[in-house]
Amino acid sequence: MNVRKQAMTLTLNDELVEVLVKPYETLLDTLRETLGLTGPKEGCGTGDCGACTVHLDGKAVASCLVLALQARNRQVRTIEGLGTDDTLHPLQDAFVRHGVPQCGFCIPGVLMAAAALLAETPRPSDEEIRYGIAGNLCRCTGYTKMVTAIAEAAAAVPQGAR
Amino acid sequence: MRRFEMILPGSVKECVQALAEHGAAAKLVAGGTDLLPQLKNHLLKPGVVVDLSGVATLKKLTADKGLRIGAAVTARELERDGRLATGAYRGLAESGALVGSVQVRHLATVGGNICNAAPSADMIPPLLALDAEAVIAGPRGERRVPLRDFITGVRTTVLGADELLVELSVPDPGPHSGGAYLRHTPRRELDIAVVGVGSQVTLANGVCTKARIALAAVAPTPVHARAAERALEGQALTPQRIEEAAKLAVEAARPISDQRGSVEFRRHLVRVLTRRTLTTALARANGGQA
Repeated sequence: MNVRKQAMTLTLNDELVEVLVKPYETLLDTLRETLGLTGPKEGCGTGDCGACTVHLDGKAVASCLVLALQARNRQVRTIEGLGTDDTLHPLQDAFVRHGVPQCGFCIPGVLMAAAALLAETPRPSDEEIRYGIAGNLCRCTGYTKMVTAIAEAAAAVPQGAR
Repeated sequence: MRRFEMILPGSVKECVQALAEHGAAAKLVAGGTDLLPQLKNHLLKPGVVVDLSGVATLKKLTADKGLRIGAAVTARELERDGRLATGAYRGLAESGALVGSVQVRHLATVGGNICNAAPSADMIPPLLALDAEAVIAGPRGERRVPLRDFITGVRTTVLGADELLVELSVPDPGPHSGGAYLRHTPRRELDIAVVGVGSQVTLANGVCTKARIALAAVAPTPVHARAAERALEGQALTPQRIEEAAKLAVEAARPISDQRGSVEFRRHLVRVLTRRTLTTALARANGGQA
């Protein structure tokens, strides 16, 4: 079956992007394979591990479960757009200082889940943090350092910031 | 994934047209949380996928003498909508909060949960307990089917290949109604119900005028525990009557043994979760914040 690619636009990390996608590819495929953003990872491919977490219109979603065309005309943010080239996001800074990553595969997803949590709940309790990252699996370490780092970053992020 | 074409309708009418044209070769996608894993595992091989994400009317949730829940309202929206946070609709909010992880709940929809028709679907028991009706669009216009008749078996529904679920309509439960949903899972997140129970009670002058108890994961479809419901109606809901109803609810369960739980364990869970959800629903019907 010959299926044609389709053009779509989306706002990716604050920039308007036009991209050709296959109807049967996921947003994660488009980000990684076409747009070269390899921060979001494919772990399970079925929405269970959270390694592919990105923000779609500001909400944390599993990009492996989103068909690329479903992101047409919408806002997408990946780990590449969390901080800037010069300045880490407070969450990233806290993760570095606390030595959270070991292999690092889960970390972009954890950071995006944590950033979405802080956008909704700027001062989360430890339980809220644990629920906020419950959709992210890390197989290297425990989650204790993540929780500590997220709590510390929450205290550092001014109210109302993303 | 195998190749498919995608159709991007902007209205229910355009969805119906697409289904009329492609029929059984087409699958609908809303949140994709059930469809994508099935596409990736080659369990489904549609030639055409019709995307509902551009149909704004399917995303509306209206609360005015009852609820009108668009089929593409997400689990996360049920979880966080302030209009569902107390009393009659709290069970519905609780079920939304239990689906998947936050990354899944932002995508997964009420309509998808119902049409996927898994015996363990979390969002179905509270809607059954609220006597919800399914609003279906098709080439001959709209038709309405009580939710209890909508699901016909494991992963099967009354929907024709040219129809789609557009809305869940919940009648006004009245001023003194309370709902609750609980499930048992070994893990707290990202798990599937071993048993789920949604209960709803409505009171007038201290007497239960209507009771609904809906069970998930104990039969091929979600089921009402009718004998238990009848035992409560017309009665004052004492702890003894609630316990008696919980015992009766077990009779409505026809569970299987599988890796998640044995028949005996599931029957035990039906009794425990029915007692707990009825107790909580009663407190909420009385205006409590339980």
